[in-house]
Amino acid sequence: MKTLNNFTKGIIKENPVLVLILGTCPTLATSTSVINALGMGAAATIVLLFSNILISALRKVIPDKVRIPCYIVLIAGLVTAVQMLVKAYLPDLDKALGIYLPLIVVNCIILGRAEMFANKNKVFDSAVDALGMGVGFTFALCLMATIREVFGSGTFCGIEIPVLIDNHVSILTMAPGGFFVFGLLIAAMNKFAKHKPKKTEFGCAGCPQAEICGKAGCGDVKEAAEND
Amino acid sequence: MSKLISSVSPHFYGKRTTQTIMLDVIIALLPAAVASVIIFGLRSLLVIAVCIGTCVLSEFLFQKLCKREVTAMDLSAVVTGMLLAFNLPVSIPIWQAVLGSVTAIIVVKQLFGGIGQNFANPAITARIIMMTAFSGSMTTWTMPGNGADAVSSPTPLAAAAKGLKDAMPSYQTLFLGNHGGCLGETCALAIILGGIYLVIRGVITWHTPVVYVATVALMSFICGKDVLYQVLSGGLLLGAVFMATDYATTPNTKWGKVVFGVGCGLITILIRFWGNLPEGVSFSILIMNILTPYISKLTRSKPLVGGAKK
Repeated sequence: MKTLNNFTKGIIKENPVLVLILGTCPTLATSTSVINALGMGAAATIVLLFSNILISALRKVIPDKVRIPCYIVLIAGLVTAVQMLVKAYLPDLDKALGIYLPLIVVNCIILGRAEMFANKNKVFDSAVDALGMGVGFTFALCLMATIREVFGSGTFCGIEIPVLIDNHVSILTMAPGGFFVFGLLIAAMNKFAKHKPKKTEFGCAGCPQAEICGKAGCGDVKEAAEND
Repeated sequence: MSKLISSVSPHFYGKRTTQTIMLDVIIALLPAAVASVIIFGLRSLLVIAVCIGTCVLSEFLFQKLCKREVTAMDLSAVVTGMLLAFNLPVSIPIWQAVLGSVTAIIVVKQLFGGIGQNFANPAITARIIMMTAFSGSMTTWTMPGNGADAVSSPTPLAAAAKGLKDAMPSYQTLFLGNHGGCLGETCALAIILGGIYLVIRGVITWHTPVVYVATVALMSFICGKDVLYQVLSGGLLLGAVFMATDYATTPNTKWGKVVFGVGCGLITILIRFWGNLPEGVSFSILIMNILTPYISKLTRSKPLVGGAKK
């Protein structure tokens, strides 16, 4: 039961992209087409799986103080291997993903899972966790890519869709459209997955414009900031 | 015994409400609407009606769905719809106009908290989004007066930028608006009439529009361009009178308005003379919208006594 929970939590409840908001950069950049999204999701999942297994196996060897550099070295080695394999066998995908393939090294999801899960749990649990998170990442990417590709370029996996091909909304395939779809998906996730953010009073302290805002109460924030 | 009511100031209320102000703006926009129908034919009326209808309806539905107070009847959505329609070419497909109106009201206005809370002008932002999304149909300008078989023609600014002397209309044509362009921007006469009405009614002050246009004129003169041509063509007058004077998104101090006008003018000139696009009014107003809180803060009047400690 616990194993199943470790797997499924990554898909909806703790979806790395839509709930934990990790790995936003590759999500926005590679979700312009479904094929790219699938490739990115698969590459990241493989790296995540092996990094979680290795880090979990070495969790008693790696000294706590230098654990982050150790993780990065492990992850970078894995990413290099994956990149070489993709270059050799899937050169088109390598071209499409470009810089985002080597950038899996700095993908927050992988380091995040190492830090939050793999260094505290057994090898098998970590592998299951990595698979769940990988599937969740791929699922979110594909969902976003489907919306962006179908309405943004009027195609699905490169196949033209009759009516939409003539009436596509090209902004969706650009960066602003990516942020727009991302925001809508997070909103939908919060609404339907019953994962409601805690309702806290959004006071002036959290507001980036508090200092220049004339609203009553914002002066206190300014003073507090000056006193710091 | 009657209840004693105590409340904070102001205790004195005028008759002016959001609704009356917006009604004045609509009246001021009417000459340009009439001009657009005369110049571009009945389809412009259809575009205007679709934009207004979609704006009001999407505001109503969004507020109902989110269980907020419904302010769809305060006419501000009507103004947004009219302004957005004025920023579209007459040949725009109806579904794109609908999508643009929904974007203006829901994304730009309601998601930020509704009237008075939006940081950017809904009509301007929706126009820019539509320019990016539908670059083809947003830049297909029709030459007026040809009915259904309208031929596409460059806008006066595009003609000037490409150096097409034959396609550049005369001052009189520019003033009356019988040339290619967006629905509401071509007839300078109608916009000026609307602007004068708004200033007389006290809805807007003269600072922003006059400073904006003057900056563009001065910079055109310095750069050795045709001053009157630059002032009368493109969306400058429409933007200066109706968009750069929006209450929520522009500074509310006198000097703030002046700074806002100068900034808009400079950015417009930069884009027109050195940018890739022929027209920069919408971008200039959007950029200055973002700077508005800072301008307001810097130009706030200081209290004579007992002011905040520095």
